[in-house]
Amino acid sequence: MKIRPNKCGNHCTRVNHVNVTLEGDSILKDVNFSLLCGEMITLIGKNGAGKSTLVKALLGEVPYEGEILFEDRRNGRRGNMRIGYVPQQLSFDKNTPTTVYDFFASCISKVPVWLWKKKSVYEKIKKELERFQAQDLIDKRMGDLSGGELQRVLLSVATCPKPNLLILDEPISGIDREGTILFYEILDHLKKEDDLSILMVSHDLDFTYEYSDRVLLINQTVIEDGSPREVYQSPAFVEFFGKLPFVEENSGAEDLSKIATENLKKNNKHKKNVTEKAAPYDASYKKGGQ
Amino acid sequence: MQMFSYHFMVHAFMAILLITPLFGLLGTMIVNNKMAFFSDALGHSAITGIALGVVLGISNTMVSMVLFGMIFALLLNWIKYRGKAGAETIISVFASCGLALGLAVLSMGGDFAKYNSLLIGDILSITHKEINGLAVAFVLTLLFWIFCFNPLHFISINPSLASSKGIRVKLYDNIFVMLLAVIVMLSIRWVGLLIINALLILPAAAARNVARNMRSYHAFSIIISVFCGVLGLIISYYTDIATGPMIVLLASGIFFLTLFKR
Repeated sequence: MKIRPNKCGNHCTRVNHVNVTLEGDSILKDVNFSLLCGEMITLIGKNGAGKSTLVKALLGEVPYEGEILFEDRRNGRRGNMRIGYVPQQLSFDKNTPTTVYDFFASCISKVPVWLWKKKSVYEKIKKELERFQAQDLIDKRMGDLSGGELQRVLLSVATCPKPNLLILDEPISGIDREGTILFYEILDHLKKEDDLSILMVSHDLDFTYEYSDRVLLINQTVIEDGSPREVYQSPAFVEFFGKLPFVEENSGAEDLSKIATENLKKNNKHKKNVTEKAAPYDASYKKGGQ
Repeated sequence: MQMFSYHFMVHAFMAILLITPLFGLLGTMIVNNKMAFFSDALGHSAITGIALGVVLGISNTMVSMVLFGMIFALLLNWIKYRGKAGAETIISVFASCGLALGLAVLSMGGDFAKYNSLLIGDILSITHKEINGLAVAFVLTLLFWIFCFNPLHFISINPSLASSKGIRVKLYDNIFVMLLAVIVMLSIRWVGLLIINALLILPAAAARNVARNMRSYHAFSIIISVFCGVLGLIISYYTDIATGPMIVLLASGIFFLTLFKR
């Protein structure tokens, strides 16, 4: 069922020799990796390993040495990197009288949201939200959204206009399992349809295993870089996180990700329902995946 | 009405009609950004600004007050953006130090009494020329709110998210606090530094209890602010109670009413 990366392979985000030093402390040392379009990389590592700092460097929020580039591999030209970002959590006041429309329109429209609600902007936002099954949330207050609903709204804001690189910083923390599966399904589809590069920070090792194309194990620098299977079987990973049962189960030639998928299905009876709920979105990839 | 047969009452009424909607507007963002402490510190810095004007021999202390207020606001923002824990403590130390310095300078020679009106305000003493100044500030703030509210609002939800969308977070925030400083300094003489923060916070805080979106939030905040301002002025005329405190009492009453509604 897993969607295989559908990379056009022509665009690439490169992180070259990035070092971050904050107040005399070296947080990141010589970080190197590249990320192709249509590829989803997950950063894993212990707390304090520098994952969030790397995200901040990519967002330009912390000073760094080295290069972070977006380039077209066909002609080597460097372009402007458009980043979509879904933060770990929005620490806004839950009583704020900001609706999803107010929030979205503040980002994409010049019509002052405190003065009037413009119909054309409202329709455009509704259409964008529809892509993530969040159109019914448009008039809800941000503080009234559940964790999963909020993440879908944030995802729709992050992908409008379409970015080259989508960064997600622990987007599923605090979301129930059903919401998490739906979120990953949407990401998978997005990656395929929009040919996006996705970089995610996650602590959820089983979902990371199932959905990532590549995993980077970080501890100040990139310790392991490879397929989920390669990284999860590496000595460094085992040292940090121990041996995980769904990795151990498969020591033969069988596809590990399939087993992980089966395990997840066993663990969650509702997955089918959730996937069906995502029908308009999933219809095309189901055909492709079968 | 009899009260409008006096020129000073007409001036006061016009000033209230200019100041209160401004406070209603700016208050929405102050409450959104949890800046009550920030604007309080800014209000207190007015004393320091006047003292600086006196020390430097500037005849129009309004100029030194506005300039110092803008610099102080940028300083407070700089402290905030350094991201160190305990920024509120540092802001408090700066505000207290500045206030004490101002009071010390102004009380030199035992002549502080002439600055008493600065504490509780004296809206009845406003002149026609000063009302014109407020009208200019009103128009500028309205324009700023029309063109810059959306990015400011997006920043107030999450600065990192705003930054990833290419919004210049610090620039907008700095412009906003400087504008806030100018409005606070221009109106502090008429409203009083002890209650100016209450007037900025209360209408928006009350509106927040009943509003469902940004439009109703602003509408309620402005209506509550103007209503309390006008009614406060009328009551104070007939009861001889200072106008500023009367307005704050009314706004507090409305806040508690909306709290029950919530």
